[in-house]
Amino acid sequence: MRWRIEDTPEQAEFRQQFLSWVKANVPDGWIEALEKGDETAFEAAWSHFDVMDWNRTIGAAGYAAPLWPKEYGGLSGKVWMQNVVREELARLRLPLFGINILGIGLAGPTLIEHASDAQKERYLSKILTSEEVWCQLFSEPGAGSDLASLATRAEKDGDEWVIKGQKVWTSIAEWAQFGMLVARTDPSLPKHEGLTYFICPMKAEGVEVRPLRQITGASEFNEVYFDGLRIPDANRVGEVGQGWEIARTTLMNERVALSGLSTSPEAFMGGARKDPWKMFVHSIPHRDDRLVRQSVARFHVEREVKEMTAFRAAAARRVGASPGAEGGVGKVFNAELNQRQTSFAMNAAGPGAIAWLPDDKGAEARARAFLRARGYSIEGGTTEILKNQLAERILGLPRDPAADKGVPWKDIKRS
Amino acid sequence: MNTPGVFTDEQQELRASAKRFLQENSGSEAIRSAMESTEGFDEATWKQMSELGWMGIAIPEEYGGAGYTFTELGVLLEEMGRANLAAPFFSSVVLGAEAVLNAGTEEQRKDLLPKLADGSTRATLAFTEESGRWDATGITLAATQKDGGYALNGTKMYVLDGHTATVLVVAARLGDDIELFLVDADADGLTKTPLDTLDMSRKQAKVDFSSTPATLLGQAGGGAAALERTLQQAAVGLAAEMVGGAQWCLDTATEHANTRVQFGRPIGSFQAVKHKCAEMLIEVEMAKSAAYYSAWAVSEDESELPVAASLAKSYCSEAFFDVAGKTIQVLGGIGFTWEHDVHLYFRRAKSSEIYLGDGDYHRDVLARLTDIGGDN
Repeated sequence: MRWRIEDTPEQAEFRQQFLSWVKANVPDGWIEALEKGDETAFEAAWSHFDVMDWNRTIGAAGYAAPLWPKEYGGLSGKVWMQNVVREELARLRLPLFGINILGIGLAGPTLIEHASDAQKERYLSKILTSEEVWCQLFSEPGAGSDLASLATRAEKDGDEWVIKGQKVWTSIAEWAQFGMLVARTDPSLPKHEGLTYFICPMKAEGVEVRPLRQITGASEFNEVYFDGLRIPDANRVGEVGQGWEIARTTLMNERVALSGLSTSPEAFMGGARKDPWKMFVHSIPHRDDRLVRQSVARFHVEREVKEMTAFRAAAARRVGASPGAEGGVGKVFNAELNQRQTSFAMNAAGPGAIAWLPDDKGAEARARAFLRARGYSIEGGTTEILKNQLAERILGLPRDPAADKGVPWKDIKRS
Repeated sequence: MNTPGVFTDEQQELRASAKRFLQENSGSEAIRSAMESTEGFDEATWKQMSELGWMGIAIPEEYGGAGYTFTELGVLLEEMGRANLAAPFFSSVVLGAEAVLNAGTEEQRKDLLPKLADGSTRATLAFTEESGRWDATGITLAATQKDGGYALNGTKMYVLDGHTATVLVVAARLGDDIELFLVDADADGLTKTPLDTLDMSRKQAKVDFSSTPATLLGQAGGGAAALERTLQQAAVGLAAEMVGGAQWCLDTATEHANTRVQFGRPIGSFQAVKHKCAEMLIEVEMAKSAAYYSAWAVSEDESELPVAASLAKSYCSEAFFDVAGKTIQVLGGIGFTWEHDVHLYFRRAKSSEIYLGDGDYHRDVLARLTDIGGDN
């Protein structure tokens, strides 16, 4: 795909200014090595790179969050500034958000919109510099797609809230100092009305983080158990009962700020260097067989149209318009495409896909990608929920009748 | 598109005015009356379209056109696809005019293009034969030198609007080389037989040549490359048209799902129907991207055109056909009637999918052009 967006003079100036800043803040030789395509020199520069230090520096400079207001350490910038920063970071193999992706992308914007002045003062600058890392405590074993039915209880006791319950699919919980917690404060109200939003101290007594071993055998996520955790009322964000509204702010930012980004280690750490498409093509044997060739060519076409569609959405944003349907269709398409493609790669490899010598890293990676792909149609909104949203919001089709509308949460049937 | 992927205000206005015109002039009755005629189109509508300057939109100004790009032509084609227009626009403006532009001498361009641009001449491209091959390998029709000119002998099949075009661009073999020739519709030894067509709103003909006098288009030796480029441009044009057809299907299915009530609910509130509509929306958006990208490549990135054209033709072909089929299913019984227009789109979808090569064909082409490789 060769579509490129030309910078306006204002955008070109910002890009240059950011590049000069990057040059002054990465190890010597980094940029030159990339410009020359010298991998050895890049490795040498890379060995001097300290990711935590980088996170702090880019945070303090405001480039980690161009959209945040200046008074909280951002640039009070436009959406295109965020795009320019991301493009340059990706090109220069630098990490996008660092480990505090959820803090900068989700918690910060939520606090900016809903928190008290004292809370903003206390938390925002340390989010931006990644001195305090955040996680998101939303999903529960009994509340996935129907998040608002969540059951973790927060009961008032004097000036404190006592938290009891369980969260799941919590990435970064093991490193986080704080979590965005939504809990039920009044079970007698309908599900959306009885929720409250808290800043949850992750290292306090009564919080237990257990790695969740997933389908691949690895652990990208955690389960978080609350048993008698006490949170001061000062950690409540917004009013009691306002939790759903505030959670929606977080979710909206998840879609807008993080779309297209992954929470994979490569995205945290930077340094990615191989073209995944080329790696895929060259990993497929027997491409002179017409059936194989047809399949690979189909993946090529689908991958390209997906990128073109993402580009159309980005281009619309760059010229100051809001994207139409092209902005909403990528995730469903990509999840399914990725599952088919990783499954095809297994078949193409034949028996080598199901049994390999212990030192065969390629075979291991292929199997891992195949298994990991099942998550793409579940995490961040299942394909079924997203199709509902596309049909209802873009096509204007009617909503499903809801069985729990207006019913007190405690009386709703739950699994 | 000043910014790739985003239409300018001027392009949006062009779309809006094309849409208005086609709503008035290419409604269900107009299409059905055209498809029941032998000619397959309405002369008065053709004339009005000429007056709007549509035929010359992508023809350079020095040849009497408006000098816009394939992106503007694509906007028109997309709207024509949405309206399932029955007219020889695609054959004359995309196949015919582009072949003349790609192959013609300066003199031939100066002579022919202004007449194509004002709609007074209608051209088509006769390249396919009974073998049904979409590339030069299927061309056997023989050209021989005769009386200082050329004579053609053989048969062309699947010639779009071959019986109503006033001039034919014919691909033939002169010795081993592929060359393009101009043949007047009333030339001696030319027999045109209309074919029955799955898509009755797009006419095709068998054309027999028997010592038919012909003029070489362009210089000897230039035919193969000009034909190849013309077919790539045609694939891009057809992709735009298919996107419009797919959009009509999606709009029609959505409207029906919103208004048709069964079991006391609009059927669009059932996820089985709702999700089908969402899947159609995804396919339509992806198809738009491929079509817009390939149109951009025609004017902005010559070296990308071959890949972009095959990519767009393969994706849009399959998307349109799939969306048309799903639309019939969402419509239920009414979708199976002659009365409802959806069958016109379903027929056009399959016809356009196959014409110029289907998805498999273009994926093979694409594999050869990229690092996927392969021999066939």
